[in-house]
Amino acid sequence: MAYSEKVIDHYNNPRNVGTLNKDSKFVGTGLVGAPECGDVMRLQIEVSEDNVITDAKFKTFGCGSAIASSSLATEWLKGKTIDEALSIDNMDIVEELALPPVKIHCSVLAEDAIKSAINDYRVKNGLEAIVLEKSHH
Amino acid sequence: MKQPIYLDNNATTPLDPRVLEAMLPYFTEKFGNAASRNHAFGWVAEEGVDYAREQVAKLIGCTEKEVIFTSGATEADNLAIKGVFEMYKEKGNHIITAVTEHKAVLDTCKHLEKNGARVTYLGVKEDGLIDLAQLEAAMTPETILVSIMYGNNEIGVIQPVKEISAIAHKFGALFMTDATQAVGKIPVDVNADGIDLMAFSAHKMYGPKGVGALYVRRKNPRVKVTSQMDGGGHERGMRSGTLNVPGIVGLGKACELCRLEMESEAIRLSGLRDRLESTLNKMEESYVNGNTQHRLPHVANISFKYVEGEGLMMAMSDLAVSSGSACTSASLEPSYVLKSLGLSDDLAHSSIRYGLGRFTTEEEIDQAIAVTEKAVNHLRELSPLWEMFKEGIDLSKIEWAEH
Repeated sequence: MAYSEKVIDHYNNPRNVGTLNKDSKFVGTGLVGAPECGDVMRLQIEVSEDNVITDAKFKTFGCGSAIASSSLATEWLKGKTIDEALSIDNMDIVEELALPPVKIHCSVLAEDAIKSAINDYRVKNGLEAIVLEKSHH
Repeated sequence: MKQPIYLDNNATTPLDPRVLEAMLPYFTEKFGNAASRNHAFGWVAEEGVDYAREQVAKLIGCTEKEVIFTSGATEADNLAIKGVFEMYKEKGNHIITAVTEHKAVLDTCKHLEKNGARVTYLGVKEDGLIDLAQLEAAMTPETILVSIMYGNNEIGVIQPVKEISAIAHKFGALFMTDATQAVGKIPVDVNADGIDLMAFSAHKMYGPKGVGALYVRRKNPRVKVTSQMDGGGHERGMRSGTLNVPGIVGLGKACELCRLEMESEAIRLSGLRDRLESTLNKMEESYVNGNTQHRLPHVANISFKYVEGEGLMMAMSDLAVSSGSACTSASLEPSYVLKSLGLSDDLAHSSIRYGLGRFTTEEEIDQAIAVTEKAVNHLRELSPLWEMFKEGIDLSKIEWAEH
């Protein structure tokens, strides 16, 4: 299968690879997927007191599309408020990266990672976790 | 050096220029139908086919009459298994095969199960070989056929065919082997090995695609298969259809070259393979899959833990290799062959198969080593699993959200 240029670009030059201090109360961590399924994403956000995402980092075990989806997600998250971040839909990622149908699950995983990171942040700061829609794997 | 470097010779091999040269006249001036008995065009084509048949027979140690040309190994597998089942079903309906077989064998067996066959799928040991005691225990008076491959296409292990055929014969069953990966690479002798039927293909041994053969024993015992293609009664009535003369000539030439060059080539290839494998195996958390004593000289299957195979292949776009990982929404299942060795899913997802061939050079192997090391290191930098492993976190204790 041929990858789109944008996937190749994110794959070769992944943005925001790294690790934030998961114990900080300003950091939310989302770890989704499973090694048995061939993809695991860890996405982290750092949130300022006024609810703006000031930093985002990822590490992903998976195929090129999974790596590109998470790299793109970190790029989009920076500078967004939590509410804005929650509105990121996996289909936006599909469109931006021109993912073929067989790779849509990679974008779903990235959306799950964003929501899971936000929930981790919320719970740490005494807020209720947002109920996540059952994603369509 | 040509880029990308081709290291997927278990999928297919390039056509040897000498094979092409032998084939070319049979597309143009020697275009005759080998079944045309009344004129020179037919005779010339038939001569080409006869010479090819002789070369095939010489390579595997049989007589010319025991070679049935087909469109490839898949057709030969189908003809052998379905043909034996239909021919011998009065005697019994039981077939024994193994879980690591090629789909051409497995799916043919599944098909026959719908038509009244009982099939035993033997598991394999950790090293990919079947357990002979288990085979013997599975044999019954109704067993008509044991079908076990010669060399495995993913991990290259060579099954103990001589011992397997002895067990099959002890119980009065026929022994069939899919030898697609073995013929032309290692010495295969149907008599020494006790083989009754054997499928193989030209394009895995530097011949053209679309042609292969089924060996069918004519003596001790005389084996018969029901034809699966009705028509003009070609190939002793077992496979009708106008002979693919250029293809068959190509298969013959490929067999001839393999017979003459196999010995030195196997030494050269296993030397290159061992260098590739031992260097890559020095990397942390890398694992060689399958038995390393009994195997084909040109295959290495290695898992690089904590990186995913498809992602790894993308980082190695300078190499044409193959992975046991399939990351699509249609199939998140990694290779069934690797899983049957007892490999965990994550290790199976992390596997790369390197298939060397006649045109692989030392320089290419060094390049392949460098590209792989760089790619694995790059992806491990990106891998949350690698980071956790390095921090001493036990990944098996994490509750993963299966999806």
